[in-house]
Amino acid sequence: MIPNHIDVSSVLKRTVCDLYSNLVTRQTGAAVRTEIEQQLGELRGRTLTVIDFTHVGLLDFSCADEVVAKLLLRYCGGAHENDAYFLFRGMSDDHLHAIESALERYGLALVVERDAGDADLVGAVDDGERRAWRALYRAGRAANPADLARVVGSTPAAAERLLETLLERRLVLRLDDGYAAVGRVR
Amino acid sequence: MTTVITVPPMLDDQTAEQLFDQLAPVPADGKFLLDARHARWASPYGLTALLTIAQAREQMGGPRPAFAVPEAEETASYWTRAGFFRYAAELFEIHGTLPRGRGPGESGVLLEITPVRQSGDVHGVVERIQSKAQTMLTRELNIDVQASGRFVMTLSEICQNIVEHAGQGGWVAVQTYRWRQRLGGRRVVVIAVCDAGIGFRRSLESLPGRQVSDRWDDGMALEEAVIRGVSRFRDRGRGQGLANTRAFLSRWDGKLSVRSGTARISVVPAWDDDQPLREKLAPFPGSQIQITIPERVAAEAPATTRAATAGTTRRTTGGR
Repeated sequence: MIPNHIDVSSVLKRTVCDLYSNLVTRQTGAAVRTEIEQQLGELRGRTLTVIDFTHVGLLDFSCADEVVAKLLLRYCGGAHENDAYFLFRGMSDDHLHAIESALERYGLALVVERDAGDADLVGAVDDGERRAWRALYRAGRAANPADLARVVGSTPAAAERLLETLLERRLVLRLDDGYAAVGRVR
Repeated sequence: MTTVITVPPMLDDQTAEQLFDQLAPVPADGKFLLDARHARWASPYGLTALLTIAQAREQMGGPRPAFAVPEAEETASYWTRAGFFRYAAELFEIHGTLPRGRGPGESGVLLEITPVRQSGDVHGVVERIQSKAQTMLTRELNIDVQASGRFVMTLSEICQNIVEHAGQGGWVAVQTYRWRQRLGGRRVVVIAVCDAGIGFRRSLESLPGRQVSDRWDDGMALEEAVIRGVSRFRDRGRGQGLANTRAFLSRWDGKLSVRSGTARISVVPAWDDDQPLREKLAPFPGSQIQITIPERVAAEAPATTRAATAGTTRRTTGGR
């Protein structure tokens, strides 16, 4: 696993204007996403990238769509050559408000790291997916479908389907000894 | 011959229709004078609409219109503080004396009239209003501090409508003032974003493969864009600017009005009695948007809003 860190504010200043601290307008968002994709394109193998919004002032809906939703769209579904996973950090309530609106439109979800260091899911996830992800996250280690089935009270086959769905959505990753929640694996 | 178009003494989104009515019969190459000598007050919508009238005329290749400055020193001074004459001097042949200084007094201008042509202009608007918005919303309108970020997000999205859809520049202005009669004299914050671009109908018509029915008109285009979130882009993430604006305004009991072509659609809160949809207005290019958010008072119950929706709208025609 290759760890990677992208400070979105630095990307904004470098690619659009070094005076800007707000991520607003679709054009700006597209420029920032393109730069992030280029950085990711230079990496090979499995990557876990922290997308860090700590120094971003305002994020509007258009930018949330361009930077976050379209970035995830590109990597979700497993068709992409890069095995990329994302952990979002430094998001304020306003950032999350804009991002959740964008994610809902596409049925996407992401893992966000909270201030306390805990992680959680944001976006379009159903109760089963959320329960499974949280159980995996709390376990703090890789788990197989049988382990998860015991915790969430389902059959191993149903637990495996949930895990595969979460995997496809880039919310968990598969390790040698089972599945682990993004946000637990560094 | 020069046609004299009288600027109403109180120029706002409603009385601006009188300007458009007077302007409609003036031929593209006809001369006209906007006579604001007796104007006493103008909302951000009124001031940006005046600039947009000159912009529209310029695009039509008509002669530069004339503008008679308000005689009341206080009015002219206020319009100067709002940034009106900085742009009016470029677009109009000015008649009358402009105030030398910006004049004394608290203006309530949160954002002077600011041109918006490209993405960088929206960044500028956001940077300039950010800190002021928090102070104004919390201290003057009793709206919680968290709303200031969403207010600026809303402003950003509305300004982007110009960049993305107008095909040319426009203006934005934000101001707070106290209503003398309505809502028990509460303060309001008003955002106006006006352009003389292609407007909603033509923008939606540019959607590839778009089929339009015989009933297709400015009113239907506004219903699609404002109520249903339809965009000229096929991208699923598009068309959300106005939808998110509506959501924000619903939370804070605000009003949204969008005029384009010959129609005007409004999302009307309970405190207002505007018509949800007005059609067969005097034609005017581009789009003119106004957002009004009233001061919050203690123990205020959430209000319901009325909006034009297909099949349920009682359509009205003509001006006020």
